Amino acid sequence: MAEITRLIHNYLRHDKKFPHVWCPGCGIGIMLGALIRAIDRARYTKDEIVLVSGIGCTGRLPVYVDFNTLHTTHGRALTFATGIKLAKPRLKVIVIMGDGDAVAIGGNHFIHAARRNIDLTAIIVNNSVYGMTGGQYSPTTPYGMKTTTSIYSNVEHAFKIAELAVTAGAAFVGRGTVYHAKLLDSLFEKAFQKVGFSVVEVISHCHTQYGRLNRMGTAVEMMTWQRDHAVTVEKARQMKSQELQDKFVIGVLVDRDIPSYEEEYEKVRQWAKGMDKK
Amino acid sequence: MRKKKRNEQLLQGNEAIVEGAIKAGCRFFAGYPITPATEISELLSVKLPKVDGTFIQMEDEIASLGAVIGASLVGVKSMTATSGPGFSLMQENLGFAIIAEIPCVIVNAMRGGPSTGLPTSPSQSDVMQARWGTHGDHPIIVLCPSTVKECFDLTIRAFNFSERFRNPVIVLVDEVVAHMREKITIPEDNEIEIYNRVKPTVPPEWYIPYQDTPRGVPPMASFGDGYRYHVTGLTHDIRGFPTSRPDEIDPFIRRLFRKISQNFAEIQLGDFFMTDDADIAIIAYGCVARSAKRAVIDAREKGIKAGLLKLNTLWPFMRTAVEKVVAQAKIVIVPEMNMGQISREVKRVIKSDVRVFTINKVDSTIITPHEIMARIKEVS
Repeated sequence: MAEITRLIHNYLRHDKKFPHVWCPGCGIGIMLGALIRAIDRARYTKDEIVLVSGIGCTGRLPVYVDFNTLHTTHGRALTFATGIKLAKPRLKVIVIMGDGDAVAIGGNHFIHAARRNIDLTAIIVNNSVYGMTGGQYSPTTPYGMKTTTSIYSNVEHAFKIAELAVTAGAAFVGRGTVYHAKLLDSLFEKAFQKVGFSVVEVISHCHTQYGRLNRMGTAVEMMTWQRDHAVTVEKARQMKSQELQDKFVIGVLVDRDIPSYEEEYEKVRQWAKGMDKK
Repeated sequence: MRKKKRNEQLLQGNEAIVEGAIKAGCRFFAGYPITPATEISELLSVKLPKVDGTFIQMEDEIASLGAVIGASLVGVKSMTATSGPGFSLMQENLGFAIIAEIPCVIVNAMRGGPSTGLPTSPSQSDVMQARWGTHGDHPIIVLCPSTVKECFDLTIRAFNFSERFRNPVIVLVDEVVAHMREKITIPEDNEIEIYNRVKPTVPPEWYIPYQDTPRGVPPMASFGDGYRYHVTGLTHDIRGFPTSRPDEIDPFIRRLFRKISQNFAEIQLGDFFMTDDADIAIIAYGCVARSAKRAVIDAREKGIKAGLLKLNTLWPFMRTAVEKVVAQAKIVIVPEMNMGQISREVKRVIKSDVRVFTINKVDSTIITPHEIMARIKEVS
């Protein structure tokens, strides 16, 4: 067994019956590998990690890994995570969501968690579609694409999740793809180390639903598409907006120091006790 | 001048709920502003940080209950407070707290509905929503105070029940009781019984988070205490992992019911007032129970043998108490500020030929003692 495989196995729940629910070729596995490697490198103990998810293909992730794991209601993962973090701040709380989960049904929670700057890491696997329910259009399905509920053509415009997080006030925002697995490792690690709300958008693919309807080929071909359309932040700065039209930017979009909600609320406790003056 | 006792206070119902919550050990509150529950948020935003607790105002009521469940999962007693429209939004995560067996307390200060309805006039029309608002078969405990003192006492009971049975408990207060002021005596700490959830004593590798026990309530580990386990809103096996096996689903759902049903006697709280020899029994709850008590006294003065069964527990429904009063009474009157949400239950549990009459008032005003008295005369 390769060393890296052994490392990943060390974090899996072997008493949970495998196989997992994901389709062969799904990007979630690559993301999970990067997540485990980053957790291992950041030297968190299993006991101090809380992994929270919502509903959908990503929602099933926590059950397979040996942490404190919570599989919540659709779109609400960040709200549960908020309660966990505020009530026990020493825990490292990581939230895994899909695109529908994070920015459709959970869109309001997402922008408010960013605005409050709660010390959480939110990972959004964006595969542009509702995969588990059979491939309906999501808020990140690009204009003009086909899904089972936009079989003629999608007439809605897509959210850019990472840019949304920047605007909403997150302290750290990165974007990677499941093709750029090494980049994901480093984005996760940076996000974990950031105090405040950190977001990593992971561009992934759903070849089973979205890819098939739009004739985008196999998982490998869809990952090739990710390679060809991703531009690093550094490179994008030197490109004209016209050249960037069908591209997306990967790397660290924002990294800023803002006091976290927990730090701010500690001040409230001091004021309430009369130990400090406002 | 009489010396004021140290713990005697003039409090509003909502304020008494806050006092009760703090005494019960509540250290986390997440909520969203809504009348007539807002005073609970305002007061807890002042009080919780003083006791190293946390108050947070969330973006909506869905988020509020989500945060409350999260906080409870790491071992902190938590609550939220809302009114009808917000309570509707909470139904989703209420179901989660039930299936995952996370203790928490939800106060619903009832106002008239449906929808935005009557901000802010009294009503008792959320009785059935409290019972069946979230989807799926599920047990629930719903307590209903009719005095400021009961607001205090029942909030403590709500926390105790939620911790004991690992189930959300709803405090269903109506706008009248929530906003009414009465003198109450806050008991000393040593006079208050507090129950905390049972935690596992076995080593983590032996811990089976949803294993049945004689009481039907498995010990609950807090996240972060070394017991790494899985919590899900999916129907799960005893280890907490999702299951679709019929032989695992059935005992799980039945255990959820059994943990409440085998303790009905402990959970069902109420008061019998002059029912021993009553020919006419009034069954009432919340602010209407106050009017009913007055009507009983007035009726007795006129020589009518009336009595009152006041319900402090609405769910599980107090069948035994109703059976007790109808063993004597031949007529039952159920006055309530809705279209008959409890009277239907009363009719359901009575097996004899006792006649059940109702007073259903939905015009946003309280049912007066006079109206109840008039009904007593009419049917006697």
